[in-house]
Amino acid sequence: MVSSLRRKGMALAAVVAAASLALASCGDDDDGGDEPAGGDTGQASTEFEFFSWWTGAGDSEGKQALLDLFAEQNPDVEITDAAVAGGAGTNAQAVLTTRLQAGDPPDSYQRHVGAELQPDIEAGLVEDLTWLYDEEGWRDVFPQDMLDLITVDDRIYSVPVNIHRSNLLWYNPAVLAEAGITAPPTSWDEFLQQAATLEAAGKIPLTIGPSWTQKHLLENVLLGELGAEAYSGLWDGSTDWESSEVVAALDTFTEVLSHSNLGEAAADWQPAIDPIIEGDAAYNVMGDWANTYFATAQGLAFETEYGVTTSPGTEGIFNFLSDSFTLPEGAPHRDLAIEWLRLAGSQEGQDTFNPIKGSIPARTDADPALYTDYLAMPLTDWNDPEIELVGSLAHGVVAGGAFNTDIDSALGEFVASGDSAQFASAVKEAYEANQ
Amino acid sequence: MLRIRKWGPAALLVAPSLVAIGVFVYGFLGWNLRVSLSDWRGLRATYDFAGLDNYRRLAGDTRFIDGVQNVVVFTVVFVAGTLIFGFLLALLLERGIRGEAFFRTVFLFPMAISFIATAIIWRWLMSNASGAQETGLNKLFDSVGLGFLANDWFKADSYWAVASVAIAAGWALVGYIMALFLAGMRGVSDDLREAARVDGASEAKAFWHVIRPMLLPVVMSAIVILAHISLKTFDLIYAMDAKSRKIETPALYMWFTTFEGLNFSIGAAIATLLVLGIALVIVPYIWYSVRSERRR
Amino acid sequence: MTTTSETSTRIRSRWAPYVTTVRYLVLFALVCVFLIPVYVLLVTAMKDPAQVSPSRMWNLPDSFSVDTFGEVWPTLEPGFRNSVLMALPASIISSLLGAANGFVLAKWRFPGADVVFPLILFGMFIPYQAILIPMRELLTDWNMVGGLSGLILVHIIYGLPITTLIFRSYFVTISDELIDSAQVDGAGMIRTLVFVALPIALPAFAVAVIWQFTSAWNDFLFGLVLTSTDSWPVTVALNNIAGGQVVPFHEAMAAALLASIPTLLVYVLMGRFFMRGLMAGALKG
Repeated sequence: MVSSLRRKGMALAAVVAAASLALASCGDDDDGGDEPAGGDTGQASTEFEFFSWWTGAGDSEGKQALLDLFAEQNPDVEITDAAVAGGAGTNAQAVLTTRLQAGDPPDSYQRHVGAELQPDIEAGLVEDLTWLYDEEGWRDVFPQDMLDLITVDDRIYSVPVNIHRSNLLWYNPAVLAEAGITAPPTSWDEFLQQAATLEAAGKIPLTIGPSWTQKHLLENVLLGELGAEAYSGLWDGSTDWESSEVVAALDTFTEVLSHSNLGEAAADWQPAIDPIIEGDAAYNVMGDWANTYFATAQGLAFETEYGVTTSPGTEGIFNFLSDSFTLPEGAPHRDLAIEWLRLAGSQEGQDTFNPIKGSIPARTDADPALYTDYLAMPLTDWNDPEIELVGSLAHGVVAGGAFNTDIDSALGEFVASGDSAQFASAVKEAYEANQ
Repeated sequence: MLRIRKWGPAALLVAPSLVAIGVFVYGFLGWNLRVSLSDWRGLRATYDFAGLDNYRRLAGDTRFIDGVQNVVVFTVVFVAGTLIFGFLLALLLERGIRGEAFFRTVFLFPMAISFIATAIIWRWLMSNASGAQETGLNKLFDSVGLGFLANDWFKADSYWAVASVAIAAGWALVGYIMALFLAGMRGVSDDLREAARVDGASEAKAFWHVIRPMLLPVVMSAIVILAHISLKTFDLIYAMDAKSRKIETPALYMWFTTFEGLNFSIGAAIATLLVLGIALVIVPYIWYSVRSERRR
Repeated sequence: MTTTSETSTRIRSRWAPYVTTVRYLVLFALVCVFLIPVYVLLVTAMKDPAQVSPSRMWNLPDSFSVDTFGEVWPTLEPGFRNSVLMALPASIISSLLGAANGFVLAKWRFPGADVVFPLILFGMFIPYQAILIPMRELLTDWNMVGGLSGLILVHIIYGLPITTLIFRSYFVTISDELIDSAQVDGAGMIRTLVFVALPIALPAFAVAVIWQFTSAWNDFLFGLVLTSTDSWPVTVALNNIAGGQVVPFHEAMAAALLASIPTLLVYVLMGRFFMRGLMAGALKG
């Protein structure tokens, strides 16, 4: 079909394209030639395109700092920053997918570490980078858990640049004090008790946003109720979704949601945080990109004007997500893409990018002086050998796009109906279908 | 020979458009149909035949069924509402209003704003936050003593939630429909009006005489325009509350299942059903209009 | 506009003055309702960032400032230029092709024309999200992605159904005698089209160009998928301001207003022809 489309197309191109080409021949679609993969010896490229969904505050500044550093090291290179906003990355995903399908990849693109990269590996769209890890000695500087996670059949396909933490409970200390609460809850049971107190004081116990923030809350309720091992088992088949423990945890989720402003859920995660800042609500479960919003966008003081702790029941656990960069098969400027990955994986690169982005380096040898206020906490925990590492659901570590989309469908119904048994069986079915 | 000389240039003139539409509409639809009958999941395209599996799966998929319900409610409210209000606006402007051009431009203006921006404004206006967080139209209603009008808009717990999105879409398009009606009313010749009056018809009756003949064709073409916009209303819902099941339509579900879920065959099946659905409405119309023209 | 006020003065009853007053009142009320979102756009765009919050949405800014427009303009400007370069040829070429199609289908019905027209018209209803992958693939093969050429091409093609509909409906209302007399003079079809039909089709052009310009200018999806950073249309630039994680509302509103100016200009400049085109039967199914 596609080939016949092409043939028919040529005739059309002759007729119609001529006119429009004449009018707008300003296209700069430089394919960069057919430099064979592995051919590092060719002429140095002069262009480089990096593709990401980083456009928001914090994100884009961090990326820009890294691109600036790259430009400094490669002064003659014209750098294209192809960042697409919107839809929490879905727009970028759509553009990237159409480009990869058309065999027209950028020189490097962003993907979450973990299951999200799996389809790219299976389809042979990204190059094996194991040699780069050996050459740069990265096996000694990334934590072993992380290396295990990104290794697929003894090979590594991407370079993690940062670590975000998912299991965090943000709060307004003044609101807690006003309601007579001395400390944030350490279990979801305790949260439910506090919720009654807060509601009596006229405060919203927990704020929530659009559907992905509900999924974000779900993963952390499951983690808090089931513990690290059983939580991880949900994603490798060793924990049964239909077991009574899981169903009970799902019921807790429903109960927690009933103490949130679900009916008036905000349009995005920032407006979900606003009622906390304004003193109308107490808690919000969100990843540590929220810190950038509290501290930079709203200019609040850490610990006095806003506080954070691990989400209930997850002390000693680090629920992480991570962004990584890839080397696409057929990258038009492969030599520069490799230089870019070297920089992204280096200590200098990670320490340039992360303090601005509001995350911590995936490497264990970061300069601690750069990570102050909130960021000191995840940095200490990340490097603590005692901490238990688990991966995030909502951010692509433990479940890929297909499984996640099925969970979205089931969660939409679950949030409306509260039928935990039905949700459990739907997710179990989806898990099996996606194996 | 004579026939070719007669029809030749005509066919030649239409040929490029036909080839273009052939490839970009029917070729792509064919590709889409083929994907919908395959088992393509993941980033590597596979076209192995899977029969009607994807369609069968959709038949039992509540997210898809909810979406169909939403798009039906959306289309009915959007098309009917825009037609009614467009007609009323046209009536108001019909006979000699000073500053008509001003009014027309005001009513057309929303069409100039992209759907993404429209969604951002209306998402704000139709916020259902209460208490100190109250804002938008609800706050406006409360402050002018119309508090009973305040409601949950697109977060409402009923299948009318999606009707709120139709309000935003209607705001954008009603000016265009008004212009259509206005043109239709003006297109009726003055002689006809005069004749109706001379016949001794009352003013209202004369007016009706004038309006009626133009009503059907204008309504028909307005429905074509509105229906195809209704089908394509994607950015508006997407930017208003992506993934909210209360307002999600199959077009959005298709987008997410394709580009997030990488389940290309299911996405293609949804698209094929969308096209079939719209064909059910449109093909009879096209058939009707071509036939009635031939009778003329 | 003045032509019809003459008729209205002739039809008159003793209630007429009251009716007129009520009509104006209702019209002004409707204008206010219509402009509510525009008020929010304007007021927010002119506010100081610190004053922008949902709870203060209806308040006028403490001090009016147009600084925000200046701030977003550099981000918007390249996209603005690209959109002009894209939307003008896309709407004009599509309208010209639509005129040719419409003329042939209305006046030069070759055998099978009644089948061809519905086939073209149906192209209007294709869901764009579904065909992004083959489209990108095809245009990559033709080396038409990255720049504006591919984007212009698809806007021309997907505009054909509606422009064909507009011109066909328009030409159907033109009397056959005009065409016949041209033929008697010995003019071929192409010459009849260029010298007889097109000059009288200006109002239909207005309708087609307005519609095409609006949809090409406001398109987001195709622009996103078919162009590279340097050639992004204004909607993609707008989305990068307004669709990001943290939406700076004042900037989003200012950018949205700026991005709608060209379309608005087209409405104002072509408004008169637009109404005439609609009246003359363009778009009458």
